[in-house]
Amino acid sequence: MNDGKFDLVVIGAGPAGMAAAVEARKAGVSVLLLDEQDALGGQIYRAVERATSGMLDTLGPEYRRGGELAKAFASSGTTHGKRSTVIDISRDGWVGFEHEDNVSYVKAGCIILATGAVERPFPIPGWTLPGVMTVGAAQTMLKASAAVPSSRTVLAGTGPLLYLFAAQVLRTGRSIGAIVDIGSKLPGLPAMRHLPAALSAPGYLMKGLGLLSAIRKGAIPHYWNARDLCIEGVDHADGISFTSGGRQHKIDTDLVLLHHGVIPNIQITQALRCDHRWDALQMCWVPELDAWGKTSTERVFMAGDGAGIGGAVAAEYRGRIAALGTLAALGKLSHEDISRKADPLRRNLRKELAIRPFLDAFYQPSKLPRGTKDQSTIICRCEEITVAQIGKAVDLGCAGPNQLKAFLRAGMGPCQGRMCGLNVSQAIGHMRGVPISEVGSYRLRPPFKPVSLDALSKMSVPDLPK
Amino acid sequence: MFTRDNNLLTPADTVTFDFDGQRIDARPGDSVATALLLAGVTVTRTTHVSGASRAPYCMMGACFECLMTIDGQPDRQACLVMTRNGMKVEQQFMPVGSDHE
Repeated sequence: MNDGKFDLVVIGAGPAGMAAAVEARKAGVSVLLLDEQDALGGQIYRAVERATSGMLDTLGPEYRRGGELAKAFASSGTTHGKRSTVIDISRDGWVGFEHEDNVSYVKAGCIILATGAVERPFPIPGWTLPGVMTVGAAQTMLKASAAVPSSRTVLAGTGPLLYLFAAQVLRTGRSIGAIVDIGSKLPGLPAMRHLPAALSAPGYLMKGLGLLSAIRKGAIPHYWNARDLCIEGVDHADGISFTSGGRQHKIDTDLVLLHHGVIPNIQITQALRCDHRWDALQMCWVPELDAWGKTSTERVFMAGDGAGIGGAVAAEYRGRIAALGTLAALGKLSHEDISRKADPLRRNLRKELAIRPFLDAFYQPSKLPRGTKDQSTIICRCEEITVAQIGKAVDLGCAGPNQLKAFLRAGMGPCQGRMCGLNVSQAIGHMRGVPISEVGSYRLRPPFKPVSLDALSKMSVPDLPK
Repeated sequence: MFTRDNNLLTPADTVTFDFDGQRIDARPGDSVATALLLAGVTVTRTTHVSGASRAPYCMMGACFECLMTIDGQPDRQACLVMTRNGMKVEQQFMPVGSDHE
């Protein structure tokens, strides 16, 4: 493959990755895009290339944009490394990935991480039971396989994705059992402050109101300000209990879909020891980036939701801006050239991000994940570590997540802290009474995902001239 | 938990694979995890700590609850593996035994 050398390696085939590749290819550089999935689209545009008109109608008009982007990518001359899981990135630009149980390395002039977002893990009692998934998971199943959840399904949590999915299910002619909303019906003062800026955003507010209106029309029971959520069941979820409106509720169901916002996927930037900062509004770690999306690690850029939650259209602009940044770093374009090209992109990006302060304030999670009030709640799913166990470790002097690994193995399971990292740090911060920025996060290392010894033994590294 | 709305898809040949001796029908483009959930299979593996049953949670390769043995190879994320005719999929029962106290 290109003798193992590429000017640019892009990781992730969502909107940021595809847009970055297309932009870079305009300058004629060699581009390899690596992605774990079989098809283009990342999460938000999952299966977009084969979507029927019925599917496009169900998912909504924004989804179509992904199809256009995929077409542009397909004719851009980018090498598409599908079903390739990136496991390593080294200081001088070597990118290692596993594909069909073989590990290969390529040399990259620059790297753009476009690994998107993950759902904020939302630990509540019973969340590890079969029959509990994320809203994003169900949406992926809808996009890729036209799977629709049963009419008894309960959506629990809060955030725009929850309402979008409910509206999409309604568009298929079906309904869901209930929405158990931990948010409030009306924005409070902190969010209202940002309303003027939000009103300059192209139609996002109207879209949101439209979704809520569709849900009301669909007569889906909607419980507000829900607290003390608890998923009932022994071997499988069979219901969800909660308080709302001053009363205890219990809804029988065999499928609970959780959602509490999305956060940047920083698994790779953390493993690379890039600088991060704690975003107190979005309540998540965000990589420190310059105006081109460059991280604190030489030649490594971040684009899309990984740079900060902004949505699919913002991701395209960030992808293109990062691509321009790499073109200058590679010496293909001058700084003046890329600044000129980036100006309209930055203007559009600003417009897309105008809604964010309002959304972030309206849907701001609580400082401590609500489910962690219950001592029995599992925080580390892989190793089944509960809030109570973390509390005991902190009492014994455990000061941070990396020490916790030694105490309890928290974070040492196959997910490598993806599901528990944020909550562990928040819990320790709360228990010790210190800010999370002081507590820190898991120290991560390659391989970024588990890889078999067999695959490693077949590793191929190209012989490049020094 | 889930049913398929065929109106939203183009007609396609059935993909058939084996799950613990049971025949499962799927469609091109289904991941193994999705095909199993659509077929009413709700457990992918058990945990090594307590033997608790687990099922797919995130469907995007982040949670690792969907680890299954596929075509003889263990620890494959079923949500990232596309169904193929003749595939052999097995639940993964992890040996229990871990003491955190």
